[in-house]
Amino acid sequence: MEPFDLTLIWAGIVAFGVIMYVLMDGFDLGVGILFPLAPDEESRDLMMNSVAPVWDGNETWLVLGGTGLLAAFPMVYTIMLPALYIGVFLMLAGLIFRGIAFEFRFKANRSRWLWNLAFAGGSTLAAFAQGMVVGKYIEGINTADGVFVGGPLDFITPFTLLTGVGLVAGYALLGSTWTLMKTEGVTRQWAQRMARPLLLMVLAVFGLISFWTPIVDQAVYERWFSTLHVIWVLPALALFCAWKIWQGIGHNREGTPFVFTMGLFVFTYLGLLVSKWPYVVPPEITLYDAASAWESQLFLLLGLLFVIPIVLTYTAWTYWVFRGKVRAGDGYH
Amino acid sequence: MDLDPVLLSRIQFAFVVSFHAIFPVFTIGLASFIAFLETCAYRTGNPLYTRLSKFWIKVFAVVFGMGVVSGIVMSFQFGTNWSNFAQATANFLGPVLSYEVVTAFFLEAAFLGILLFGRGRVPGGIYLLAAFMVAIGTFISSFWILAANSWMHTPAGTVMENGMHQVTAWGEAIFNPSFWYRFAHMGLASFLTGAFVVASLSAWFLLKGREVEANRRALSLCLWLLLVIAPAQLWVGDLHGLNTLEHQPTKVAAMEGNWETSSNVPLLLFAWPDQQAQTNHWELGIPGLASLILKHDTEGVVPGISAVPKDEQPPVGIVFWSFRVMVGLGMLMIAFAVAGLLLRPGGRYWRSRWFLKGLVPMGVAPFIAVLAGWFVTEMGRAPWLVYGQMTHAEGVTPSLTGGMALFSLIGYIVVYALVFTAGLYYLSRVFQAGLEEASGDGEHAEAEHAKRPFSAAHVPLEQQGGHA
Repeated sequence: MEPFDLTLIWAGIVAFGVIMYVLMDGFDLGVGILFPLAPDEESRDLMMNSVAPVWDGNETWLVLGGTGLLAAFPMVYTIMLPALYIGVFLMLAGLIFRGIAFEFRFKANRSRWLWNLAFAGGSTLAAFAQGMVVGKYIEGINTADGVFVGGPLDFITPFTLLTGVGLVAGYALLGSTWTLMKTEGVTRQWAQRMARPLLLMVLAVFGLISFWTPIVDQAVYERWFSTLHVIWVLPALALFCAWKIWQGIGHNREGTPFVFTMGLFVFTYLGLLVSKWPYVVPPEITLYDAASAWESQLFLLLGLLFVIPIVLTYTAWTYWVFRGKVRAGDGYH
Repeated sequence: MDLDPVLLSRIQFAFVVSFHAIFPVFTIGLASFIAFLETCAYRTGNPLYTRLSKFWIKVFAVVFGMGVVSGIVMSFQFGTNWSNFAQATANFLGPVLSYEVVTAFFLEAAFLGILLFGRGRVPGGIYLLAAFMVAIGTFISSFWILAANSWMHTPAGTVMENGMHQVTAWGEAIFNPSFWYRFAHMGLASFLTGAFVVASLSAWFLLKGREVEANRRALSLCLWLLLVIAPAQLWVGDLHGLNTLEHQPTKVAAMEGNWETSSNVPLLLFAWPDQQAQTNHWELGIPGLASLILKHDTEGVVPGISAVPKDEQPPVGIVFWSFRVMVGLGMLMIAFAVAGLLLRPGGRYWRSRWFLKGLVPMGVAPFIAVLAGWFVTEMGRAPWLVYGQMTHAEGVTPSLTGGMALFSLIGYIVVYALVFTAGLYYLSRVFQAGLEEASGDGEHAEAEHAKRPFSAAHVPLEQQGGHA
């Protein structure tokens, strides 16, 4: 009765949406995480100006992700959100604070320090909470009859704390390589100094997660060590990206570290997806279990096919308009 | 006392959605006002309209920004607190709510940027088109939200299969039996809100003698508009009430405070409903008027609350009084609209200080009326979440404990109090800066391509002082 597999198409759309969000909001959250470490107030102005034109467009992907998940994979939405109830609240609170800080910092004089704090704290909190979401996804969630069973603090485990730190470090790396690409002078030099230690930290955490996961999860172990050898190309590519980042930082290549940091994220993300496929709420619920009705998926897909290309074009255009270095004085106010 | 996760979740949802709703209800009306001003400016070339439009676009930008921030929270509420409801209704509500997001996304991507930053950079016709598209876009957004909400009141076009509603007819589900009434009622409410805020602020400026020519024109426009829409809202509200009587008689019974099904029911002006005793205290009413309004006959039979068992009754006191607050404010709005007409001769509507002074606080009235109206319709549906099919208790997240719900409720109250105090304070600064400030700029640097709502307003957050 169903002419083609919409669930698979939707899995692709959601996976694409998630990585778009992670990469795009990742660097502007990263800028926020690094904010307190910046050398001076002028650098902070520059950093904020570099993300100001694009950050809210980046965050709309999250809202679309929330409702899109409800539409296409409702069970993921209705299991993950209750399981991460406290975490989701903290993430939203963090995002609200940083969003408002964005708007008010430029208009504030005496209260500027407060908005700096809100921006940095909100960004870090949101990133950490998102990292814990990833960790909980990898660990798996206890369910019975498609409903989360467990306590409110179950999502806080050594592993999710580790992934929380990992994503904060990862976003900070994105933020530092972005700043390196978008600024000059003192700010750029500072970003350059930050990038390598951050890269090492990210590699350490990602490495730890990669060893930990197959040990605790038999299914992941089998996927990597017996069934699918071709997927080893993903960690290889991720390591290649890491090497290019390291090199790019040293050789003063402006865009290279940022582009390859995105690459590092993409290949790690793909590695994660193939580890868990076809489970969307490990360890039991597959994407077909979680899917909504075929008609509902189709109804929304028709609209998205029309809108997504426009949004992508607009996004690309915005980044094109704001290409190049951000300089003091052409702040947007 | 045990903490009840259902009650706390309901309070939390009421809190975040009320906070969110006040922004769009204003921007929908304001966007149409701006489109109207731009049309006048385009056709007459009168710079007065451009001055007005520039100022109100700034206000629009700030309010729209706050609406977006508070909207992020909304898209997660169904999952965190109402997961059983979300799962059961996902096949319909998922796509419908997503379409709302997609509409807003598209709108922001394409036209909001032009409206906020494109003046003088794009041809006049394109700018006018952008103003219209933003106005239409806000309506499309509310279209989807009200389709979802109306369906929860009057579900149609779906059947229950394997614990989920399956959509059998999209048209019937979206244009469900109460949809058009709700849409019209809410659309008019948005216009009323926009018109009263503009009228209120124009009156305030006129009292201070600022930009008299432009503000007088704005006030005049609003008063003409109100003369039509304030009475129209009464009529549409009545139709909506009759529709509710057909589909949710218990809600109407609670609105009227009528416990026993009977004929010749009075319209109660005052009463203290007592749910425990299933009766009212201190009743004061006009005999037969409720029957006349609802059945167009003083002997008409009006359903009573007691027709359903106690555990299927809504909280009568809140519904009863919210309804009176809404209708009372609506009557006050009509009175102001009529007074505006009577004061037309000799331009007394903008010279009479008592009239202007009365108009200033009326800027708040529509917001209270809108929230009261939502309290009536949402509380009046209780205990049902999807009317007749799923109760609040059935829809709540099974793993949710009272402690968690209390934690997040307090958290949201704290976050919103901080954030929106800052937002409203900033808005008051934009108001104080007024039209004079708004018409001064326009030549800001290229970096204004920023296209973010707040960057359209150039007013500093604090009083003068410190470095810029």
